[in-house]
Amino acid sequence: MSAEAPEPILQIKDLHVRFPVQRNMLGRVTVENHAVSGVDLDLRPGETLGLVGESGCGKTTLGRTIVGAQQATSGSILYDGHDLTQLKNREKGRYRRQIRMVFQDPFSSLNPRMTLRQIIGDPLVATGEARGAELEDRVADMMRRVGLSPDYMDRYPHAFSGGQRQRVNIARALIVNPKLVVADEPVSALDVSVRAQILNLLRELQADFGLTYLFISHDLSVVENIADRVAVMYFGRVVELADTASLYEKPSHPYTEALMSAVPIPDPALRGRGGRILLPDELPDPANPPPGCAFARRCRHAEPGRCDTGTVDLVDGTRCVRRDELDLQGIVKAES
Amino acid sequence: MTVKDTESPDTPEVSGTRAVASQWRLVWWAFKKHRLALISAWILGFMMLVIVLCEFIAPFDNRHRDSQYTTAPPQVLKLWDTDGEDGFQWGLHVDGYVSEQDPRSLRITYEADPNDRVEVGLFVKGDEYELFGLIPMDRHLIGPKEHGDPMYLFGTTTDGQDLLSQLVYATRVSASVGIIGVLLAFLLGIVLGAISGYFGGWIDNVIQRIIELFMAVPSIPLWLGLAAALPAQMSPVTRYFIITTILALVAWTGLAREVRGRFLSMRNEEFVTSALLDGSTRRRVMFRHMLPSFSSHIIAALSLSIPSMILAETALSWLGLGLRPPAVSWGVQLQDASKWSVLSGAPWLLIPGLAVVIVVLAFNFVGDGMRDAADPYKH
Repeated sequence: MSAEAPEPILQIKDLHVRFPVQRNMLGRVTVENHAVSGVDLDLRPGETLGLVGESGCGKTTLGRTIVGAQQATSGSILYDGHDLTQLKNREKGRYRRQIRMVFQDPFSSLNPRMTLRQIIGDPLVATGEARGAELEDRVADMMRRVGLSPDYMDRYPHAFSGGQRQRVNIARALIVNPKLVVADEPVSALDVSVRAQILNLLRELQADFGLTYLFISHDLSVVENIADRVAVMYFGRVVELADTASLYEKPSHPYTEALMSAVPIPDPALRGRGGRILLPDELPDPANPPPGCAFARRCRHAEPGRCDTGTVDLVDGTRCVRRDELDLQGIVKAES
Repeated sequence: MTVKDTESPDTPEVSGTRAVASQWRLVWWAFKKHRLALISAWILGFMMLVIVLCEFIAPFDNRHRDSQYTTAPPQVLKLWDTDGEDGFQWGLHVDGYVSEQDPRSLRITYEADPNDRVEVGLFVKGDEYELFGLIPMDRHLIGPKEHGDPMYLFGTTTDGQDLLSQLVYATRVSASVGIIGVLLAFLLGIVLGAISGYFGGWIDNVIQRIIELFMAVPSIPLWLGLAAALPAQMSPVTRYFIITTILALVAWTGLAREVRGRFLSMRNEEFVTSALLDGSTRRRVMFRHMLPSFSSHIIAALSLSIPSMILAETALSWLGLGLRPPAVSWGVQLQDASKWSVLSGAPWLLIPGLAVVIVVLAFNFVGDGMRDAADPYKH
């Protein structure tokens, strides 16, 4: 979007989320998993920030922490001058309406015993914001906005397809006029043909409502399609953050390069040019993070002694000590 | 419409009626296919009617006692008469009794006397009562046209009471002990189970240990001890409520466990998270979002646990530790049938036992049918 980086709408600073795995007899945590360890991230108003990474890298945990479904262990999330991690229960309500979530699974995220009217209107009913005719009007309006006929208001989710259910999810998230939407893999459970429709819908709604998206996905081609900037997460850390175009053209972190090489190439003529980078299947133990770069053990560019000691910081959008020495391969494009 | 390229939401895959059908309608459709459960539901419906309209349905009052006819056999209700004095004759009636005393055992036996015609009518005047405790009435569904004539369709007890009337009154007591007791137990079980499963952690631990404590106490000695501790001169109504509470206190644990398990497995579902993010309070999430999603299972469990409650009350009363005369319940009635010497001459005293069996089976079948129907989406 705008190039000169306006005031961010959301600022994540050194965020850590750890899950207790084992406790001793006194109930004190002895072993814990580091799901998110030291994430710094800014979201600019009106942009779509893609968050990619393999499963288990902490991207969903990060999203859930932002919307308040998960408690942060340390660090801060600044929104509108307030630290969301420090909010009291009472104050949380206000920010929960401004930061909403669209869930991944269109089946388990809709209560099967509730009609669309109840599901979409629930945020308004739960807080007593609207009732009766006003409630019905707002639900009907929202349904129209997401491409569902208000005639289906009294139907149950089981009567709808995955794509339609995801529209319901979007309607429920947007009915309280949020500013920021965390979309956690919103299209990965959908058919490819439906995927494009939902992505278009998200784009249109973004323009209409002036939304900011944090778009979490493991699918790089989807993210390339919708995101303005992309953050690549690995092992609970952001390892690369760049504008979408430059990231896809020229990644600067070896992990990003490996991810890019795994994207299927639709044009058979181009296949085989990039060469698939196969990573050894060795994720570090999240309960016991290694020193240095967490990716070092799987990295084909890693240099012993440089990469596996000390700490590696995010500099110029890349968390790699050899960022200036490497020439990495992006996505293979036709005519480029 | 802001969106042009919709995936034709005008054609949801499921046809109209099914798509708008609520959970309960789907359950009902599935339930209807279970023949035995449907028949049982009718039986239970009839039982409810008996409970509510008991004074009207019973031919005689609870206190009615006919010392002239003790342990008289059941009569056959006849629509017409061929062997009367006037030859063939229409009209609802029963044959009166002739008594005969065995000269050696001195036992009096009764036999039907075809010449003694007792006219029977519907909606006849009889003992006075107050319907629902409010409306004074003296009409009974069925009874002898001449008040005081013997009409004992199920025979009489050793005290000369009409077994049918007693059975109707006992149904009210025994079935309502089961239903009220189970409702009490469920209230406890659902609330504690929900809290235990939803919050987890130390709260869960405490509640589970309490449940284990209750489960570890052997139920029959506990019932006996508690029931025996009740003063004998206690009024029947107080006694009734205390017995019900005792039964409920023993029965809630199983359900609490079941509800806890459901909450435990459901609390990480995305729709629960999204309900919380929608701004619902935790109580609202628990009882408006989570509990309704398995309410049909709860009703099935409810129906399946009423029989054990009824049987427990029957057993307690039969042992003389539950309800006592003048209160009538099936257990109290069956006390009469516990002596072989009595039973050999009056097998009809076992009819209340038949009522127990039928009602218990009916609750079980309905519970079974509900359990199968409870998950309409699995088909």
